[in-house]
Amino acid sequence: MTFFLEVLISGLLSGIMYSLVALGFVLIYKASGVFNFAQGAMVFFAALTFVGVMELGLSPWLAFPVTLVVMIVLGLVTERFVLRPLVNQPQITLFMATIGLSFFIEGLAQMTWGAEVRGLDIGLEDLPIQWLSDRFGMSISKFDLAAAGIAAILVATLALFFNRTRIGRALRAVADDHQAALAVGIPLQQIWGIVWGVAGFVALVAGLLWGARNGVQFALTFVALKALPVLILGGFESIPGAIVGGLIVGASEKLAEVYLGPSVGGGIEGWFPYILALLFLLVRPEGLFGEKIIRRI
Amino acid sequence: MKGKVKSAMLGIALLGAASGALAQSEQFIPALSYRVGPYAAGGSGYFGGAIDYFNLVNLTGGINGVKLVWEECETEYNAARGVECYERLKTRHGGASTVEPLSTGIAYGLLDRVEKDKIPMTTFGYGSANAADGSVFKWVFPIGTTYWDQAAAMIAYIGQKAGGVDKLKGKKILHLYHDSAYGKEPIPVFEALAAKYGFEFMKIAVAHPGNTQQSQWLQIRQANPDFVILWGWGVMNPTAIKTAAKVGFPRDRIIGTWWAGSEEDVIPAGDAAKGYVSAAFSAGGTSFPVMQAIVNKVYGAGKGNLEDKSRIGSLYHTRGVSYGIIIVEAIRTAQAKFGKGKVMTPEQVRWGLENLNLTEARLKEIGAAGLFPPIKTSCADHEGSGMVRFQQWDGKEFKALTPFMIGDRALVNKMVHESAAKYAAEKKITPRDCAKEM
Repeated sequence: MTFFLEVLISGLLSGIMYSLVALGFVLIYKASGVFNFAQGAMVFFAALTFVGVMELGLSPWLAFPVTLVVMIVLGLVTERFVLRPLVNQPQITLFMATIGLSFFIEGLAQMTWGAEVRGLDIGLEDLPIQWLSDRFGMSISKFDLAAAGIAAILVATLALFFNRTRIGRALRAVADDHQAALAVGIPLQQIWGIVWGVAGFVALVAGLLWGARNGVQFALTFVALKALPVLILGGFESIPGAIVGGLIVGASEKLAEVYLGPSVGGGIEGWFPYILALLFLLVRPEGLFGEKIIRRI
Repeated sequence: MKGKVKSAMLGIALLGAASGALAQSEQFIPALSYRVGPYAAGGSGYFGGAIDYFNLVNLTGGINGVKLVWEECETEYNAARGVECYERLKTRHGGASTVEPLSTGIAYGLLDRVEKDKIPMTTFGYGSANAADGSVFKWVFPIGTTYWDQAAAMIAYIGQKAGGVDKLKGKKILHLYHDSAYGKEPIPVFEALAAKYGFEFMKIAVAHPGNTQQSQWLQIRQANPDFVILWGWGVMNPTAIKTAAKVGFPRDRIIGTWWAGSEEDVIPAGDAAKGYVSAAFSAGGTSFPVMQAIVNKVYGAGKGNLEDKSRIGSLYHTRGVSYGIIIVEAIRTAQAKFGKGKVMTPEQVRWGLENLNLTEARLKEIGAAGLFPPIKTSCADHEGSGMVRFQQWDGKEFKALTPFMIGDRALVNKMVHESAAKYAAEKKITPRDCAKEM
């Protein structure tokens, strides 16, 4: 039983790491209806810029705001030169634009900072907490708990931002209907600029945590792939959905790997979340927390 | 990127100098490199090392006067792009002498093409182990060592730690592998050795890319093996090391492959990597005279390929230098038979690769004694060594734990020839009679 619980808890904690990446997708989708394929590249760019700036001699405390400014500028530039010219174009056009953007950001990151693998120490020990180990025989680290805490703070802040602020309400209005929002005087460009900036901030937080865990390297772009089933499960426009979806994906893939994997040769956690998402799509296409799709015929 | 551009410009400059009457005075080596993408760190270090050595050879008069020329093509470690690069480069500069894709996927994509084009392909430290049988794989050279020899050497090393291979009986050895052809390649050897020595062999797959491994390491902790063999690649390696630390598995009981044994694999894992052991087919560092010559003559002249000078002497860099030495020595060997100071055809270079005899004395002359083990190839043996050494990360650098050593080569050779014979039967290849080619 202890082993089962340990697998379950470790899966939930891994899921939170996926949620952090999924949050960036949700923000942009919520405000613009665009599925931002470049979110993984933004995570990589943010982490690489952070370590690159530190290599220039800045302390982590200075590197963070500098990188944040870079990410906000990247968001604003994306809005100005990629999204604004495509306003009112079909969604697929915007999606294709973000695919192109993804390759551009990956190339820009490597050209600017180099393609070498870097370590990143953010001062959070990724070793089992001794008393948890001794008392319950579980390997949970300070890093895991900090990641969960950061995710909780992010979700709470973003939920407040979307629901309780004027900008947040404007963001939701833009997401509902671009034309109507423009008609009532909501500055679309400004709103998109803000949301891309916030997505850049989320990418930075996710990049630092994933970079600290696995090293800052190109493979950070792959974490975005795990965010897809998270989004399908949680709903593309729900911030709490990103967290719940992440928890379900994390827990189910770990349990599947441990309990089903050995009977089918193992290595199933790469595709298992997608099967789960596919099944979910059949019964609830809008995800757990997504807006119910109602169409008039 | 800067290095890539620099290298391409040098290649073009050399081509310009080679126009007209001098068109065939240079030996062309295509570089199917990858300097961007997920495996850029390995590709840039490796091809940087090879190009640094080629530059050193050119700066010191070439191979009996024949200068080397190269041109890079970015593959991003992508098989389709690698094949495209090969097709684009194979006829450039008078024709490719040899090709080294540094990718199993690209190598498989080129297998039939190099045979048809009659261009020898080296797979230095990777690829299919059965290609060591040169009677079947005439144009392929897994030179130095193969995954099968690495697997056998790992068991020999564990045997040494246990006090002899006879003490392996009852031990548990777990193979944690990248769920791909690469990760599965050594399984037959481990199983054969488990049957021979009586250890329990277990295996756990990690799905690509391997950036979360909590479930695998919890299973490992439960299985409590004596040793874990880490057959990883890319981000899977530091993730494995960090997760091992998280579940409390001792790092000095993890033995990684050489593709899990570079600075790029351990630095991201930080302190968790201290004590971690890996295999290696070449040594790192700048203490070798050939590395000193590269530092002084090539980088001193501003012709070094690595942008980040701290990477000079890193394991990927010295692997590239080692590859460069092998190619240059194969061309030199070919020249000794077909004409000193002449540009060799790909067929002649193939002969050079097949008759390479890099003895300890010759390696010393080059300034590379100890950089990699002696290599002696033949028609029947395109590998020529099979030796591996083991090294341990101390938090700053890899320190040698063993000299270059060999595992159960008799067993591996038997398996290589059986597998090659099966391949020949499937592909309807008539193996060459190596006795007649002596």
